[in-house]
Amino acid sequence: MTSHLAIRSAPALALAMLCSPAHAIFKGGAVPERFGWLAVVVFAAIIALTMYVTYLAAKRVKSTQQFYAAGRSVSGIQNGWAIAGDYLSAASFLGIAGLISLYGYDGFMYSVGWLVAYITVLLVIAEPCRNIGKYTLGDILAFRNNHKTAKTMAAISTITVSIFYLTAQMVGGGVLVKTLIGIDYEVSVMVVGVLMLAYVVFGGMVATTWVQIIKAVLLVIASILLVMFTWAPYGFSLPGFLEAVVGDAKVQAQVAKLLGDAASNMSATELGQRFLEPGLFLKSPVDQISLGMALVLGTAGMPHILMRFFTVPTAQQARISVIWAMAIIGGFYVLTLFIGNGAALNVGAATIAGMDKGGNMAGPLLAQYIGGGPESMLGNLFLAFVAAVAFATIVAVVAGLVLASASAMSHDIWVGVIKGEHATPEEEVRAARICSVIVGALAIVIGILAKGQNVAHLVALAFAVAASSNLPCVLLTLYWKRCNTGGIVLGMLVGAFSAIALVMVSPNMTYPKLEREKAQKVIDAGTAKIATLEVVVAQAADDAAREKAQAAVTKAQAEVKAAQDTYAKYEGQETSLVGLEAPLISLKNPGLYSIPLGFLCVILGSLFWRDRKASEMWEELYVRQNTGLHAEKAAAH
Amino acid sequence: MTPAHTDWAAIDAHPTFQELHRRKSRFLWTLMVVSIVYYFLLPIGAAYFTDWFKMQVWGPVNVGLLFALSQFVVAWGIAFIYSRHANRTFDPMADEINRAALRMGGQR
Repeated sequence: MTSHLAIRSAPALALAMLCSPAHAIFKGGAVPERFGWLAVVVFAAIIALTMYVTYLAAKRVKSTQQFYAAGRSVSGIQNGWAIAGDYLSAASFLGIAGLISLYGYDGFMYSVGWLVAYITVLLVIAEPCRNIGKYTLGDILAFRNNHKTAKTMAAISTITVSIFYLTAQMVGGGVLVKTLIGIDYEVSVMVVGVLMLAYVVFGGMVATTWVQIIKAVLLVIASILLVMFTWAPYGFSLPGFLEAVVGDAKVQAQVAKLLGDAASNMSATELGQRFLEPGLFLKSPVDQISLGMALVLGTAGMPHILMRFFTVPTAQQARISVIWAMAIIGGFYVLTLFIGNGAALNVGAATIAGMDKGGNMAGPLLAQYIGGGPESMLGNLFLAFVAAVAFATIVAVVAGLVLASASAMSHDIWVGVIKGEHATPEEEVRAARICSVIVGALAIVIGILAKGQNVAHLVALAFAVAASSNLPCVLLTLYWKRCNTGGIVLGMLVGAFSAIALVMVSPNMTYPKLEREKAQKVIDAGTAKIATLEVVVAQAADDAAREKAQAAVTKAQAEVKAAQDTYAKYEGQETSLVGLEAPLISLKNPGLYSIPLGFLCVILGSLFWRDRKASEMWEELYVRQNTGLHAEKAAAH
Repeated sequence: MTPAHTDWAAIDAHPTFQELHRRKSRFLWTLMVVSIVYYFLLPIGAAYFTDWFKMQVWGPVNVGLLFALSQFVVAWGIAFIYSRHANRTFDPMADEINRAALRMGGQR
């Protein structure tokens, strides 16, 4: 088969892109240039392992059931690891540790919602979906609603949510790989894209599952090692370790910096302890609750997460897989508490934020410190390992997303709507592979086009859209007798549209006028500061004092210069992307409004629509989702 | 796909199924509400009960930190309770219904 030939050349291509001019491309990252070969070795080892797995998987993937659902032969435990691998993106792996290292308590509080989300998945989504679903979200919604309409809506929503999430992963991943090992942004986006395409196109769900399992295992090993080495010097005592954190001068300085004027009459001890108290990062509780709603309800509506439940043989195995996923994901976030605080203690917030403002370098820099610092070989080996795990993370998450949207395109749109469910398995697998290539190519193009854009809020938006459109539809079609096609259409459209529209008018967007005003303030304050400082320089009693004041002048000048650049950048622009001078709402997370609206629209749409099929099929759906009668079986071996 | 002779309405009306439906709904939605309420106490507490959250109880470890850690324990606890209950009660009932459905003429 030609696919076997191609699959052998895919890793070679990816490796060639990685090592082409030896390791000269590893420039200016956290790994010093002379240790670049270490990164090449570790990356090559991990890529080779995943490619070998894909090669084995490609031999098995011939049927649609293999391609979309790994033959339903994934065990509960394996699927639990794969869910963890699918879910723990670089944003949770590096981002949350980073938030803790910069803002202490608030970073940890932020992580909680990502675990609690799985209670919804466990209690009301996983088992019913396994019992009545086949391959996609569309299959669940089409069960008792108008087939073509439901499939079309589900496919649109799946692709929308996945593209938002995908864009955040591609852009975030590209920036991350550049900061870690210095590979050019475009090169890393291409490498991620090519690798992910190789896994999905040749190995389908089988390879995607194994890549996610490998990545989750590596992630857990890396995290446990980091925590062991960080915590051991304090005799594995929680108060002992935190005592050291709050007593550290770097931590106290960071808190003083965050609090500004409010810190002036606080003692060093108070400043340190403040690091473990809420309010340094999350200022708006309403926004917090809004985000919490999107997480708790959105995770259960994420197409790539839903899809994982079709890979296990029974509903019982689906249950076991969520239990395992919750143990791994929760355990990981508890470890993150130590990684984040350990980085704040050993590396320091100033150094971490100096490399990446969002704090993403906290974990990698802690690894480097543990191994002996930036000049040591062991330190850089550890750093390269963590960087490679981060890279594997991006690839594994992106592969899951691409597979979910490609399935929606091929299984729901092409086979379900266009071909009216009349396609041979061979035709459908071919269509699924072609769709994967289309989505993958799209991901690479979007990744490169969106370079330099602020995409952080796209993850939260993806969850908000899933929580406002997918979840109300899935939940009500499963549990509410009167739900029908009218509700699905109205709920999907209004839920998704309102979440997106609310973000378009929120403070997440860039408002040139406000940016200019902010920059003008910095310029004014900086200019005044320079004037006072210059007097100090002129009147300084000795050289040391003069030098100190001169350094302060240089720093203030740099700040003014940066603000002037910002001002110039927004010169001539008056309004945001949607034509606003200032945000219309103060909420950054739309869930608080859009989720209830989504539910309301499903209910109203159902009440105003008559659909005999939906009510006739209710008993069958309800019996089947509860008993597993006639559920899709695993592939016979 | 579905054999025409499976009488879904009859299974739905079966006393064991009605019993499963009643018990499961009550159990699931109770757990769901408990977990959501407990989770939202965290941001609410962090915003409006700061004095309480700042109270140090074990060296530098304060109530807020313990409360955040308790969220993990509660989430795992709910998962454990659900899975035990499902294994012991819901699964055997579902099996019984499936056997009854088989007798009623439906194919498994």
